This record gives sequence, structure tokens and C-alpha cells, in this order.
Amino acid sequence: MRSECINYGYTYESPLPVGRLVYQLADKAQVCTQRSWKRPYGVGLLVAGLDESGAHLYNNCPSGNYFEYQAFAIGSRSQAAKTYLERKFEKFTESSRDDLVKDALFAIRETLQGEKLTSSVCTIAVVGVGEAFNILDQETVQALINEFEISGEEAPINESVAEQSVGDDQRSAAAEEAAPMDI
Amino acid sequence: MILRWILYYHQKEILRGLIEYPYVTGTSIIGIKYKDGILMAADMGGSYGSTIRYKSVERLKQVGKHSLIGASGEISDFQEILKYLDELILHDNMWDDGNSLGPKEVHNYLTRVMYNRRNKFDPLWNSLVIGGVKNGQKYLGSVSMIGVHYEDDHLATGFGNHLARPILREEWREDLSFEEGVKLLEKCMRNLLYRDRSAVNKLQIAKITEEGLTVSQPYSLKTFWNFAAFQNPTVGATGSW
Repeated sequence: MRSECINYGYTYESPLPVGRLVYQLADKAQVCTQRSWKRPYGVGLLVAGLDESGAHLYNNCPSGNYFEYQAFAIGSRSQAAKTYLERKFEKFTESSRDDLVKDALFAIRETLQGEKLTSSVCTIAVVGVGEAFNILDQETVQALINEFEISGEEAPINESVAEQSVGDDQRSAAAEEAAPMDI
Repeated sequence: MILRWILYYHQKEILRGLIEYPYVTGTSIIGIKYKDGILMAADMGGSYGSTIRYKSVERLKQVGKHSLIGASGEISDFQEILKYLDELILHDNMWDDGNSLGPKEVHNYLTRVMYNRRNKFDPLWNSLVIGGVKNGQKYLGSVSMIGVHYEDDHLATGFGNHLARPILREEWREDLSFEEGVKLLEKCMRNLLYRDRSAVNKLQIAKITEEGLTVSQPYSLKTFWNFAAFQNPTVGATGSW
């Protein structure tokens, strides 16, 4: 993906629009499903970015399919987040940046099945008009979590439970299941 | 035997660029930024060496929604460049995704094309000026046949570099109105008409703004030849008649 962006920037002195990037990526993924000596990519991606027509979010699948969304979640427990987002997404175009971050945290909390949401198991990255891509640092994330009072009612019972929630989150961020698209 | 093999497999590299000179050429292009966008001027002459062979050559052309290109140098190479640009804009439009290539992107694309051809010893024998307005931003850039490229508030190619740019350096301002811009271009074009032997007195002026592009109908400049020194040109030259 970096190659595609760099090559486009070298030729046109302009950033490669996200929609075109995910298209090129999808084509590469599809080839791997059609050649007998290759295997499909083992990752699904959420790709977000800005171009001339505004902000965009795409989901790229190993199959080579890709779709654009206003809001989406991927991973083993993404359905809970999707259900939350489904209720809220229509207001997103009018929401402020901070409200959107709050909504994202709420959505992620849904996937934890009651475990405590802390900044040690959660990363937030933001990109927007006038704001370059940046990953929020841990203190900021924890402050946001505390502010929105969404760390959950119950503290973890013991250490093994805490480790498990870290592991679960790593799996959520990992490959999507091989199931067909849940549109 | 070996020679034949070499020639067969490496013909392109060996023969390319060995014999390369322009045949039908256009002379200077002048481009300036003005209040609402870009103004560009070019005459309509196509010279075949020292003969003014063609007198209706359009050397200013639109590129996509936002850009204007003017070319001096080999006209057939300009036609090929227009073909490349046509394909570029076509594919850009086919995406239909709300993004479009602006003058900056076109300029950089052409810089890559010109430089790559130069590296293969097979240049497109042109000096190009690309101008346009996109999202309120005015852009004016130039590329030469060897890939030298830059942007500025006012540009010229060929003889225009020597005859027009000094005028522009003195008289160009940030907030020129359309009429003032045209007058300034005409002053430069008149100077070129007097002094550049490949200039013809039939020119077009193109204007590109956020709203769009217009290329004027061809017209001529008034010239003055009644200088005293021209009345009896040989009066000071001993031995002349």
C-alpha cells in the first residue's frame, strides 16, 4: 500500500485517493484467490482516509471484495460493535470529532462483553480535515475513557481474567473469519 | 552475424535518438497568473525550418476540467502529448469518484514523461506550459524537453524567455485584472512579433478560471513600422544601395 501511495505521489505530487488505493489492493487480493499456487491474504482491513470528496472508510476482504461504509467493525466479536453503530451512524456526518471518538469507544466497549475498558487494551487513531493521521497516546485515551465513564461497572476479578481481555482484543484486531460478507 | 544479432535485439536502443531534430515547430508560449486565474498566449504559426508553413496551428489546449496546456517546439510531439493526456484524463474520469486531476498533477505527470523520454535519448521536443485553477488555487508550471520543471507567477518558453520575461518581471502584479493581463500579454507578443523570426501575427489568448476555460478567436496585433530609421535604412551604411 505504501508503494502504491509513494508511486502515485512521485508521478502526480498529490496524494493517492483512498478509494483508488483500496481498489488496487483488492485486485491484488483477488489474484491470490484465483491462482492455484497462491493462498488468499490472511487479513481483512479497515482503510480510512481523506480525499477531494471528503472522508471515506473501506473494508477490504481476503476475497478481493471491498465496500465503503459510514461505520464498520471487523474481528471475532465485531457484531456487538456493529449493532451499536447501526443505531448511531446516521448522525455521524453532523457529529463533532470528539463525539465520534466517544462513539468509537462505546462501540469497542460493546465487544468486551462486560470486561473493563482501559487504555492498555485500546488504541485510538484519528485522521480528518486539518488533522493529520495521529495515534492518541495512552494518557489521552485513558482520560477519554474516564471522562465518558465507560470503563464498565465491574473491575477484573483476577489476573487471568485481565490477561484474557488483552488476548481477546488482540484477536479482535486480527484476521476476519472466513465467513462470507455480512452486509 | 553477431552484429545482426545485436541490431535485432537492441535496435531500439541503438537507433533511438541518433537522428533527432524537430521538423514543424511552434514558437514561444507566454503564461501569467492574474486575479481570477491564468492567462496564456500563443501565436498560431507552425514553422518548417525557416519557412512559415502553417498559420492556423492551435498551440493552446484544454486538459480535463481544470487545466490548460500550451506547447512550443515540435508540433507532432505535442499531438502525441495530447494523446497521452487524453488517456490520462479518460481514466481519471472513469473512476467517477469525485476526484479529478488538477493542473499540479498534470504538470508533474508531464514532467515524469518528459524526463523519462530524455533518459532514453528520445525526447519529446517540446517546452510546455501548464496552467489552471482548482479549488481556488491558481497554478502555473513549465516543463522542458529535458524534464526541467518549475512553477512561477509568469512563464515563457523559447524566445519568450529572452524577450517576454524581462517585461513580465517589470510589469507583472499579483492583482492584474483580465484586461490588464491581456494588455500585458499583447505587449510581450508584439515584442516577439517584431524580433522573433518564427512569430506570426495571428494569436490566441486563453483564459482559465475556477469557472472554466475560454480560448479566444484568433486575432492580429497592430504593429508600427514607421520608424525614421526604416525610411532610409541604408543611409548610414557605406557601400549599400
